[in-house]
Order: sequence, then C-alpha cells, then structure tokens
Amino acid sequence: MAYSVNICETDSESDFENLGESEPGQDSFQVVAEPAVSTQRCPQTDVFSECTRINTEHLTFTASGHERDETLSREQKKSLRRHHWSAATLKVLASMPSRTAGINNAAVIPQHARNLSQLDRHQTSSQDSSQPSRPMQEDSVQANIEEEICNEENKKEQLVSILRGLSVGEGMRKLQASPLSLADKMEVRQLAFSDVAESSLIRSIPCYSRLSLYISRTLHHCLFSCLPVLTSLQLWHSPIKRLSGRFGTGVLSYFLFLRTLLLFNLLLFVINGLFLVFPQAVNPPPRPHDSNLDTFTGLELLTGTGYLSQSVMFYGYYTNIIHKTCRNDSTAAESPDLPVCDSKKPQVVPYSIPAAYFFTIVIAFYTICIILVYSISKAFGRGFQVLKSNGNLAGKVFCSWDFKVIKKTSVRLQSEKISTQLKELLSEMLHGENQKSCMQRLCRLMLHLVAWVACLATIFLSAMTVHYLSESAIKQSCLEKTELLLLAAVVSGINLLLPGLFNLCAWVENYDSPSVLVYVSIFRNLLLKVSIVGVLCFRWLGRIAVERERCGIQCWESFVGQELYRLLLMDFVFTVLYTFFGEFLWRLFTKQVLKRNRMPVFDIARNVLELIYGQTLTWFGVLFAPLLPAVQIIKLFVLFYMKKSSLVLNCQASKKPWRASQMTTFFISLLCFPSFLGAAVSVTYTIWTIKPSSGCGPFRNLTTMFQSRQLWAQELENTHLILSWLSWAYNSLVENPLFLFLAAGVFLMVIYFHTQIIDGQRRIISRLEKQIENEGKDKQFLITNLQAIYERSGLVSP
Amino acid sequence: MGNKQTIFTDEQLDAYQDCTFFTRKEILRLHGRYHELAPHLVPMDYTNEPDCKVPLALIVNMPELKENPFRNRIVESFSEDGMGNLSFNEFVDMFSVLSEMAPRELKAIYAFKIYDFNVDNYLCKEDLEKTLNRLTKEELTPEEVQLVCEKAIEEADLDGDSKLSFADFENMITRAPDFLSTFHIRI
Repeated sequence: MAYSVNICETDSESDFENLGESEPGQDSFQVVAEPAVSTQRCPQTDVFSECTRINTEHLTFTASGHERDETLSREQKKSLRRHHWSAATLKVLASMPSRTAGINNAAVIPQHARNLSQLDRHQTSSQDSSQPSRPMQEDSVQANIEEEICNEENKKEQLVSILRGLSVGEGMRKLQASPLSLADKMEVRQLAFSDVAESSLIRSIPCYSRLSLYISRTLHHCLFSCLPVLTSLQLWHSPIKRLSGRFGTGVLSYFLFLRTLLLFNLLLFVINGLFLVFPQAVNPPPRPHDSNLDTFTGLELLTGTGYLSQSVMFYGYYTNIIHKTCRNDSTAAESPDLPVCDSKKPQVVPYSIPAAYFFTIVIAFYTICIILVYSISKAFGRGFQVLKSNGNLAGKVFCSWDFKVIKKTSVRLQSEKISTQLKELLSEMLHGENQKSCMQRLCRLMLHLVAWVACLATIFLSAMTVHYLSESAIKQSCLEKTELLLLAAVVSGINLLLPGLFNLCAWVENYDSPSVLVYVSIFRNLLLKVSIVGVLCFRWLGRIAVERERCGIQCWESFVGQELYRLLLMDFVFTVLYTFFGEFLWRLFTKQVLKRNRMPVFDIARNVLELIYGQTLTWFGVLFAPLLPAVQIIKLFVLFYMKKSSLVLNCQASKKPWRASQMTTFFISLLCFPSFLGAAVSVTYTIWTIKPSSGCGPFRNLTTMFQSRQLWAQELENTHLILSWLSWAYNSLVENPLFLFLAAGVFLMVIYFHTQIIDGQRRIISRLEKQIENEGKDKQFLITNLQAIYERSGLVSP
Repeated sequence: MGNKQTIFTDEQLDAYQDCTFFTRKEILRLHGRYHELAPHLVPMDYTNEPDCKVPLALIVNMPELKENPFRNRIVESFSEDGMGNLSFNEFVDMFSVLSEMAPRELKAIYAFKIYDFNVDNYLCKEDLEKTLNRLTKEELTPEEVQLVCEKAIEEADLDGDSKLSFADFENMITRAPDFLSTFHIRI
C-alpha cells in the first residue's frame, strides 16, 4: 500500500524553520473539497491559546505523574494524549490542514464578540499557572481578531465570485446551502445577483434580449415560488407533523407510506379515468333488459353485483366499438346516425375502446414500474454506508435523537429507548456473544423449530381452507349473494387473526435481537399473504376463467372484478372492526379490568403489510375493474383518519428501536418485488393467454386480449392516411422482435457496465478507507516523534 | 397576490425566500410565531429592519423546543452573541437549517456546533459526556457513560487525537442514514 505522505522523518530538523508556515499537505488524498487557502496567514492561535490553557489545566490536574516518558518510548504509547505537547507541537497540530479546512469551511470561526466573551469565560476559570502568559495572549488574540475579520471578508468575496459564475438557479441553491448567517447571505446575494442585473443594464443591450432576460427571470421566480407552494399543498402536512411529534419516526414512516400509496392510486385513477372511463361513459352501450337491475338493496354496494355490474365500474360494461365521428359510405347500415365522411374535411381519429383499454392498462403498469424502480434505487442509494463498522456507537449518540418529538412523555420514552439501545450495543461490544451452554442452545433451537413448524402449518391450513371454500363454491352455484361474501370474509378474517398469532409465537420464542424479531414476524406475515393471494389467483385464472360455463357466469372478468371489489371492502370492514374492538376495547379492558396503564403499541410492520396486500389486489384488479383505484383511494383516505385517531386515543409509542430508513427501503422493495411484480405477471398472463368472454367486454370475439392491438393498428391504417406512419412505426418497432431484442441487449449491456463501475468504485472505496487509517497512524507517529525530537534537542523542557 | 401585508417589503421577502428554504407564506408565519414569543418586544412592522432580539428564555419555551434536551445549545449556536438571543434573521436561519429541505452538509455543520458544548471546534470527551447525559437523562451509570464516550471516540476518530474534528463528525454522519430525518424540526 503506497503512502502518499510527503513529510519525511529525516527532514524533521529542517522543519523547525517551516513551522510558522506549514503548507497545506500535498497529500494526493484530499479529505475536504474546499482548499484552506489562508491558513498560513491565520494560524488559528485562539485555538492554540485554548490548547495551552487546557494543557496547563491538565498538567495541574494530572500532576500525579502520568507517564512522562510516554513520548520518549514509542512502544508504550497507545493513543495521542494531549497531556504535555509543547507549544510548538500544538501549533503544528492546530494548523494541520485537516483541522483548519473544516473550520474554514464550516464558518465555525466565532464572531469577534463571542471570541472575547469566550476568552473572559475561560480566563476566569483557568488556573493561576497560566497567569503570566495571559497579557501576551490577549495581545496576540487581539491581533488575530482583525485577521479573522479579514478572513471572513475573504470568504464572502470568494462566495460572491463563485456565485457569479453559476446560473441563477444553481447560484441560489448554493447560497441557500452555504453555512453563513442569514444577514451575511443577504449581503452576498445582493452583491452576487444585483451586480449581474446592474451590469446588464449599464451595457445597453438590445430590446429583445432584455425582454428575454426579464422573462427568464420571472419564470425562475415563478418556478421557485411554485415548487414550494406545491410541496406545502402536500396532503395531511399538519396531522403528520403532530403524529411524528408524539410517536416518532417509526410511526411516521407508516403514514408516509400510506400517502405514497394514495398518490399511486390517484395516478392510476387519473390515467384510467381520462382514457378509459370518460370515453365509455360519454358513449354508453345499450342497456340489456335485466330485472336484476331494478331492485336496489344496500347489499349491492357490498357485493358489487346488481346495478353496479352494469356500470363503468366493471369490465363487462365496456364495449368493443370504435367510436367515430363520421362513417364511410360502405358502413351506412351500421351507424345511420353519423354523417358521411367527407374526404376533404379533416377527420377526428376514431377512438377504439378495446385498444384504449389495452394500452391504458399497459402504459399505467409501465409508469408505476418506472416510479417504483426509481424510488427503490433512491432509497438504496441513501442507505449506502462508507466505512462500515459494527455497532456504530458514535452514530447512535449523535444521530438517533429525533428532534421532531415534542410531547413530554414521548421525549422520555425516546431517551429510554436510546439508553436501552446504547446498553445493548455496549454489552454486545464488550462481552461478545452470550455464551450459552449447549443444553440451553439446544432448547432454544427446538423452540424455534416448533414455532416455525406451527406457523408454516397454520399458513398451509389457511391456504387449504380458502382453496376448499373456493372449490365448493364453484361446484355449487357461483352466484348466491350471501355466499359470495363468505369467501371474502374468510380471507379477511384469516389475514386479521393469523398475524396476531405469529406475533405471539415470536414473543414466546424470545429472540435476542429486536430487529431479528421484526424481520421474522414480517416474513411469516408475508408468507401468509402471498400464499392466500396465490390461491385466489389460481381460483380466478386457473378455474373460473377456464371453466366459466360450469359456473354459469356469462362474464367471468366482471365476476373476478367483483370478487376483488368484495375482498377490498371486506378487508376495510374488518380493519374498522379490529381498530374498534382490538384497540379501543382492549385498552378499556386493560385499564378497567387488569388495572394496568400499558396501552397497546402500534404494530407498524403488520399495518404496512396490510397496505401492501390491499395495493396488490388493486393492481391485479385494474384490468377487471378500472375504477378499483377509486375504491382504494376512498379506503386509504378513511383509513388514514381512522388510524390516526385510534393511534392518538389508544396507543402509545413503542419502546423498541425502529430503524426507520432501513424499514422504509424494505417496505418499498416489498411493494415492488412480491406485490407489483406478482400483479404484473398475473395481468400479463391474463392478457396473453386467457380467452376473453364472448358476451361482454371490449375484447369479445378475440382469442386473447393481446390481439386487440393488431386490430387497432389495422384500423388505423384503414381510416387515416396521415396516421399510417404511426401504424407503420408501431409495426416495425413494437411488433418487430428483432428491434425488441436489440433494445433489450443494449439495456443489458448498460446495466452490466454500471455494475462493473460500481464494483470498481467499491474497491476504490475500500482502498481509500485503508489509506485513511494509515494516514491517521502516520500522523500519530509523526507528532509523537516530533515531540520527542523537540525534547531531545532541548528546545523544550520536558 | 393575496392580501397585501405590511410586515415586510417585497424585496425583503424575496431576499428571505432566496436565502432560506422557506416560502413567503412560511416567512410570514414564522414572523407571527416570533412575534407571539414577545409581543411587546417584537414590532409588527419589519420594513425598516428593527434591531430587536428575543432572549433565550423566551425562545426555549416554544413548544417545538421546550422538551428538547439540546434546546439551549440549538439557540446559542444560531445566535451571533453566543448567548442565545435571536434576532428575527437568526430565528429564521435556525428553522431553515432544521427544515427538511436543508442539505446534509449544512445540517452536519450546525449539528457539530450544537454538540460542541465548550465551543472549541472539537467534540472532546467532555462534550460527548454532556451530550450523552442529556440524551439518556441519567439512565446510564457514570461508568457506562465513560465507556460509551471512549468507544464512540475510538470509532469515529480517524486522525487519532482522541477528539472529533469536524471532518471526523461529518464522516460519521454519512454512516448514519437517519440523520437527515432526525435532525429536523417542523414548524
């Protein structure tokens, strides 16, 4: 490993002359980006004077002979102690580039008033031994105050010159992020930006460029004022603030996740509404004569049958008609109401409902996929850590206090939480693994095994129950109203009760580390939900879609859509019931009967998995019920307020640590991988292979839904000559397997390059980490030797 | 653009908007909060930039800061005189840095200032001890406090001088992805 340090040990004698002007190190390894230009002129002697003062304090306190010969014998010294470095060594230490660069950058130079008051404070508390040196220090400090003022002016001028070189937007951002005080920032802003305006006005510029400058300036201003307005319009800003103040970052992540899902559904709803629901609603199909539709009972809303099944809500309503504004002569018989197409007048592009249905769903899924991948990569990027160390005690001390928490009891809980975490970390570091006896370990292993077997068996049983129910429903008639609700109720009941059982199991198992406990519970819950959704998918795609005649259903897609609608509603009903009974009544029970003051804790993982489950169903159901996102939006909206009030009334903040950012990343990746991917695969399978029903829907008379796009391309060619280029482009790009192959190949190559780059960067990072450690050791070594040489050469009395 | 307000001139509001992470509306709201801390002291009309400072004792009584163990240090770090008396500019500056839009580097700089109790530009062992005592509120025994401080300095100190300079602190911050969300006060 090559060291790139330029100070050699043998040159240390000649360094005595250079002490006053220690050059900023020519290390090839720059820790700080901004150069410490003026360190030579202002050697930060206030730091130095503080050092000597504290040094003398230390001496008087540690006068009981600490290892004086530590500096002389290299083997004995372990760490760099500031006991008795000489003034010269301290001066060198204080003017090291790594010390001064940070100070210059951070504008941590205290104001001159603060400086003086500081000196007063320290002078009154310092020992008598530093008395004789005080007047001298005051003078030197006075001299250095002016130097510091000029240093600050230099910094401001530097910033102004940097800002002038940037565009307005970038300059504004850099100004906002600079660590100056607000008054200084305003000064800099005036200097940097008004100069630009003045100089451009002075030089008489032509009219049009002045106008364009004015326009661009106003646009920038508008943009800067619009974006914050948009972010402040954010939904639920103040309720979320209150919640985070009382319950901390963990619970906050649940509500932020809920808001994110709401926005996803809003996007889906808007896309579907604009391109699918609105055109179909404007041109309703002729209503079939059906006596079912006339009676309206409340049960219809719950089951989705009856008059709802003949609305825009479900697949069956959509027609396979292409809406035109005029007709050709040849098709006069089909649409006698439309005027005849005049080839001279411009025609409106015909709107084909089947094509719209197909492409809307596909494009909606693509958009959501891109958004999800983007947010996952962002989340992973944030979590990347350099210089990993196990424990990260320092990070816990400085970064774990949540400044948002304002309620007194929550603050107390937070400090308890942090103390527990610190104690755990400390015990982990000091004692290592708990040494358990063989017998104890065996017992624990048996316990874990039993618990896992029990949980897996329960999951298998519940999946079998759902399957059996579904099969028996198919064998009998599929259309009994109350029986329809039974399946949905059973599924929601299982989803509600079993996670509680898993939590109980995990509590009995008594895991060592709380994070392992959380991950195990999440995994079991996830397994349950995946198996249930899998069984349901098999029911819909494997049985009902294929054997639709046996069931007596005319329109299987509408039926599946109705099932999903029922599932979502039942889920919601059960959540409401659980919130009321589970949390409210449990709290009353523990208070009145058990007389304990412990309120239930909000189980974040479980609630987030519930949200993910609901979202999976919505994504799967968009194909069969285009308005399902609207139902989900209403559900999430009501859920937010319900959970919020339940939280405030019934729950208390958790004592267990919750690593919010890691968990958020984890949940978003759960949303992408099992949830979205599963839904997308199922939808693709449906579109690709399953034959649509022949009596209803936009894809009747087609073999698969996939065929609709070819028909649309043909239709486009026939009607509109100008748009035939679009159809040609579509045929040669999207339909052409060679092009898709090439595109996929290029994509894979780009991914491969990026992975290699990341690998290389990772190797460089580990090399740099090693270099940092070595530099630190070098510094230690050199300073100690410097001190030793001073003392040996008699410059300083030891 | 809505009601005509007479607290600030338009240029002043522009300047605030450009130099902080707040919008005009938020600046006006902040002025309202600042005013209600000391209604007799703080004028409603800021167009001629009055020079008034609200003392530390009133500021740390704000609900956002009241229960925060570092409230005194936070206010002192943003005050020019180091005693915690904030003018309106410093008040806005404080909440701007603590808002969610402030970048990590800026927050790290001020976090360093806050935790540096003896204001010597290093986080030495005494600073860490004071921080820890305020965090855990006497839950840890003195031996545990000593141990935690030693281990923390060992972990984070890269240049081996048994105290943390700003470079060490900033490096440690990058290891903690939660920093941005925890070092944040909503106002």
